Amino acid sequence: MATPIAAVELKLHKPRRVLPGFGLTLGYTMVYLSLLVLIPLSSVFIRSLGLGWGHFWEIVTAPRVIASLRLSFGASLIAALLNAIFGLVVGWVLVRYTFPFRRLIDAIVDLPFALPTAVAGIALTVLYAPNGWLGAGLMPLGIKVAYTPAGIVVALTFIGLPFVVRTLQPVLEDLDKEVEQAAATLGASAAQGFARVILPALWPAMLTGFALAFARAVGEYGSVIFIAGNMPMKSEIAPLLIVTKLEQYDYAGATAIAVVMLVLSFALMLGINALQNWTLSRHGGR
Amino acid sequence: MPSRVIAASYNVSATQVRKAHRPLRRPQLGRFLLIALALLFLGVFLVLPLLAVFVEALAKGVRVYLTAISDPMAWAAVKLTLLVAATAVPLNLVFGVAAAWAIAKFEFRGKSILITLIDLPFAVSPVIAGLIFILIFGTHGWFGGYLRDHHIRVVFAVPGIVLATIFVTFPFIARELIPVMQAQGKDDEETALSLGATGWQTFWRVTLPNIRWGLLYGVLLCNARAKGEFGAVSVVSGHVRGLTNTMPLHVEILYNEYNYTAAFAVASLLALLALVTLAGKSILESRQPELRHAARPPRDRTRRENA
Repeated sequence: MATPIAAVELKLHKPRRVLPGFGLTLGYTMVYLSLLVLIPLSSVFIRSLGLGWGHFWEIVTAPRVIASLRLSFGASLIAALLNAIFGLVVGWVLVRYTFPFRRLIDAIVDLPFALPTAVAGIALTVLYAPNGWLGAGLMPLGIKVAYTPAGIVVALTFIGLPFVVRTLQPVLEDLDKEVEQAAATLGASAAQGFARVILPALWPAMLTGFALAFARAVGEYGSVIFIAGNMPMKSEIAPLLIVTKLEQYDYAGATAIAVVMLVLSFALMLGINALQNWTLSRHGGR
Repeated sequence: MPSRVIAASYNVSATQVRKAHRPLRRPQLGRFLLIALALLFLGVFLVLPLLAVFVEALAKGVRVYLTAISDPMAWAAVKLTLLVAATAVPLNLVFGVAAAWAIAKFEFRGKSILITLIDLPFAVSPVIAGLIFILIFGTHGWFGGYLRDHHIRVVFAVPGIVLATIFVTFPFIARELIPVMQAQGKDDEETALSLGATGWQTFWRVTLPNIRWGLLYGVLLCNARAKGEFGAVSVVSGHVRGLTNTMPLHVEILYNEYNYTAAFAVASLLALLALVTLAGKSILESRQPELRHAARPPRDRTRRENA
């Protein structure tokens, strides 16, 4: 009889999922994601629609709001640049050189991920306060860090430090030493070798690390508010202005600023993704 | 090979060979300066703040320190922080395992969008993470009227703190597990199933042992952030001492009251937690080196592994 064999064949050819639980796990993932992230986040956008364009525009173009956004994005940019430069030095040293306590130092790079931001905030503030360990030394030089925008940059540099180091390390490990040596034997100086051979290979990872540090810094709150001084128009970051508006029961104001920050952050995130795809398509085929 | 031997075989002088080799030896001075610069930067930006926490906490002696951390309000804060983490971490753990199972073991459309959406909370300021729950559960929020009529408090109470913490720590475990599960493939599971194991048996006896280090790694990072979260929790807490004050919020209150020693005493407990987290992280990384690059976006890591 041919029928049972045909049935078996049919079963074999049907692209069946062998592992169980696809519906259950994907369903649970979607429900949990929607309830705790997507629906709550949509509330900001839905609320802002209720404001009307005119009112929304009026809120987000108020001088105090513009000043806070400019400060948040500006200080984050400087901090991310500092992270890119020093992250390269730290990553390079950790991957290429051996020295005492290297593993311990490598582990401590992640401290900003593990240390609660409020703790970092008060610790940095006592260090850079006019009578602090570092602040007292900078005072005679006329440099004030705590309670100025410089303090904000210090806190944001602390927060973003691991991103560049950790994105660079694997690339540095993969980097072929032979290519550098080839450049050197062909007569390139150390500086030329670095600029023409090493830097082009590191560039995409540095840019990714820079963008991640920048994105994190823009939304940062806990470590900044202690050291910032929080003077409106001068040292008031955008997340703090959201909190201030909430404390004054100005929900419309808080929502409008939140929408601007979210849109800018999401654009940045999409940019990071596009950057990675671009990098992978360029270097993936090696 | 000594330069003289090379020189002899190529019929050039030994000095010429040594000269040609010189660029290969990195100048010792440059190396020394780079290491010094890196250590100086890390020392000023990481080690000094960490030291400052403990020095300030113990500035007035051990007895004052012990009094500060045994204060009832400090204890209430410790208990609340433990409670919040004990709720948020297991919930995100179950989600992380489910999401990783669906994403790593199956092919479906929209997978990369789903991964991006799971990462979304990382792109949101903690303050906005708190704000969204006020817009939903606050007095003027979507469910504000209903909750008031039924005398249920969500924001400015413990449930709001838990919700905000879940949001902020949402991606941690999933983003560690997805690449780990993808790297494991599904051969082991399929073998177990063909030998007659049920789905649950396969998960508990085959999948879970395979992913245990990655799982622990995710839990470790999630736990550290859950206990240390400040911005999101600060917005939804209402700052009621002894009731809705977590440890980071308690640190802020004490600090703003100029009670620095007490503030740093409570902060030192959180700093110890951070050190334990870093130590645990290093141990897990030495067991499973693939875990090392946690800061990398998971999409990037996965593709590298597939390549």
